[in-house]
Amino acid sequence: MSLDTLTNYMTPTGREEPWRFTPMNRLAGLHDPAVELRDRVSLEPLDIPSGVSLTIEASDIFPPLSDTEDQIIIRVRESASKLLLLTIDANAEINEPVFLKREVLDLSPEVSRVRIDAGVNSHATIVIENSGDGVIAEEVEINLASGSNIKFVTLQEWSSRAVHVARHHAIIGKDASFTSYVITVGGSLVRILPTVEYKGPGSSAELFGLYFATDGQHFEHRVHVDHKVPGAKSRVNYKGALNGDSARTVWIGDVFIKATAQGTDTYELNRNLLLSHGARADSVPNLEIETGDIVGAGHASTTGRFDDEQLFYLMSRGIPAEQARRLVIRGFFAEIVSKLDIEPIEVRVMERIDGELSEVKS
Amino acid sequence: MSRLEIKGLHVSVITEEGSKEILRGVDLVINSGETHAIMGPNGSGKSTLAYSFAGHPKYTITAGTVTLDGADVLDMTVDERAKAGLFLAMQYPVEVPGVSVSNFLRTAVTAIRGEAPKVRTWVGEVKEAMTQLSMDPAFSERNVNEGFSGGEKKRHEILQMELLKPKIAILDETDSGLDVDALRIVSEGVNRVKANQDLGIMLITHYTRILRYIKPDFVHVFAGGRIVEEGGPELATKLEENGYAEYATA
Ligand SMILES: Nc1ncnc2c1ncn2[C@@H]1O[C@H](COP(=O)(O)OP(=O)(O)OP(=O)(O)O)[C@@H](O)[C@H]1O
Ligand SMILES: [Mg+2]
Repeated sequence: MSLDTLTNYMTPTGREEPWRFTPMNRLAGLHDPAVELRDRVSLEPLDIPSGVSLTIEASDIFPPLSDTEDQIIIRVRESASKLLLLTIDANAEINEPVFLKREVLDLSPEVSRVRIDAGVNSHATIVIENSGDGVIAEEVEINLASGSNIKFVTLQEWSSRAVHVARHHAIIGKDASFTSYVITVGGSLVRILPTVEYKGPGSSAELFGLYFATDGQHFEHRVHVDHKVPGAKSRVNYKGALNGDSARTVWIGDVFIKATAQGTDTYELNRNLLLSHGARADSVPNLEIETGDIVGAGHASTTGRFDDEQLFYLMSRGIPAEQARRLVIRGFFAEIVSKLDIEPIEVRVMERIDGELSEVKS
Repeated sequence: MSRLEIKGLHVSVITEEGSKEILRGVDLVINSGETHAIMGPNGSGKSTLAYSFAGHPKYTITAGTVTLDGADVLDMTVDERAKAGLFLAMQYPVEVPGVSVSNFLRTAVTAIRGEAPKVRTWVGEVKEAMTQLSMDPAFSERNVNEGFSGGEKKRHEILQMELLKPKIAILDETDSGLDVDALRIVSEGVNRVKANQDLGIMLITHYTRILRYIKPDFVHVFAGGRIVEEGGPELATKLEENGYAEYATA
């Protein structure tokens, strides 16, 4: 970071609105200009099918496509000298998911800048898998050309020491469809900003999320959908469960429908299941509408305890308590997981949750 | 031969004002092959009795014993009671979102039988049981009780009973909410299980019409948290004509 930017950089204190839920002392310095961020590309491809290319570019040749006020993301932009660029050719139909994996991190802070360019009318699924230790600040920009259809899956299966702060920003062209799954089941502190903007009518975004936090984990998802163009659609559905008295989750759902966004159709939903008495889930849906000319707009948020009647019903049919609990939790997440349609991931995520459920305290 | 024995059962619920006694000394014996009808006014404690057997956590047993073939039922967890051979068809079956009927049935049957049913015969077994209860096999893929109509929920309860093959079943107002045809279909289901494995039945109902299909050996009048009168099938007819006025002060 140059001295120049250093002087402009405002270190967030935690009192600012976007940071008020985040335990700043657990960010491992990602927000602190005194802490140097390692500058390298950490994602590795598993297999690159034809129609897709993956290159490492100089960061300054690819300026950011979007604005952000998030201080950590600003640091990413300033610190990363390289950009990982994934390009999907126009009209390419990629049937198998493209996996990008990150495994070799340690606990020294680093940055990552990724860009995904989906060509006109292309179809693809991209999966980013995060596991093990890591302290990382990251920005992924996904640029969907018109008529493209992208499924973007990120898995946060980190160790309980990892810190991950990321922004996933999708820019959705005319008649393009973006579907994202943000699955956070591991880490000490994970703070993800899935954000969306639209470029033309007929564009649509479906943002799904699943999180499962246990003792000592803080998982924060801040969804932001900006409807500025007419005739775009958004659906948001995030579901979370918390197990352990010191488990914390935060979900923010900002959906803005600007005066220029006639014919917008939006619905956002967040449900949280508290499996322990001390666990705390904050859920803040926020819908701001500046035009009356819309197809529909709605939101819902619920946070509730485990339903003992469901447990009793299953047990009264001979199903042991622990198995009944697992069934209910699997059922709770089913509407998200079953849509994902990548079986090995569905199985792995649910097995991890099953395992951590054995430690349920009520 | 199985024998469910209830002696001096007192049950309370915790309310905001403290503990409230609902069952005040219930004595009842149900043997295999016997059908006991329980009739009584709203709020008299019939469902409380049913739930107490099944082990619902809301109810506290303050006195009395319940044994199944000598084994202490009250000492068992909810799932152990089911494994011991007790089945409760609930007045208000619970919805379990995201859990399919087929997954639920397979899990329950595996737990009760102690081994997973053979894949080859299982699908057929479920299908046959559903067909006999005039349930569309499409219900297998729906979530447990979610969006089921009142009558569909009751059929689903009896479907479970057919597959789980209990020794003693408590049917809590299984007839409520059933249309005329469904009442006959469900009753036939109950009678099938009864014939197949000598089921003992405790049938809680407000109406005699189900008793035309499922013939009770005994009728018990339940009022004020106790059994206040016992008799044969003729007692049910008398209750339907006269109501419970004469037991009001019981
Ligand atoms: N949490 C509670 N607080 C106060 N009263 C309760 C509570 N739970 C149950 N009761 C009371 O216990 C009594 C018995 O209820 P129960 O459901 O057993 O009646 P029932 O005989 O099955 O009635 P119905 O014929 O209407 O089904 C009722 O008066 C009910 O209001
Ligand atoms: Mg009742």
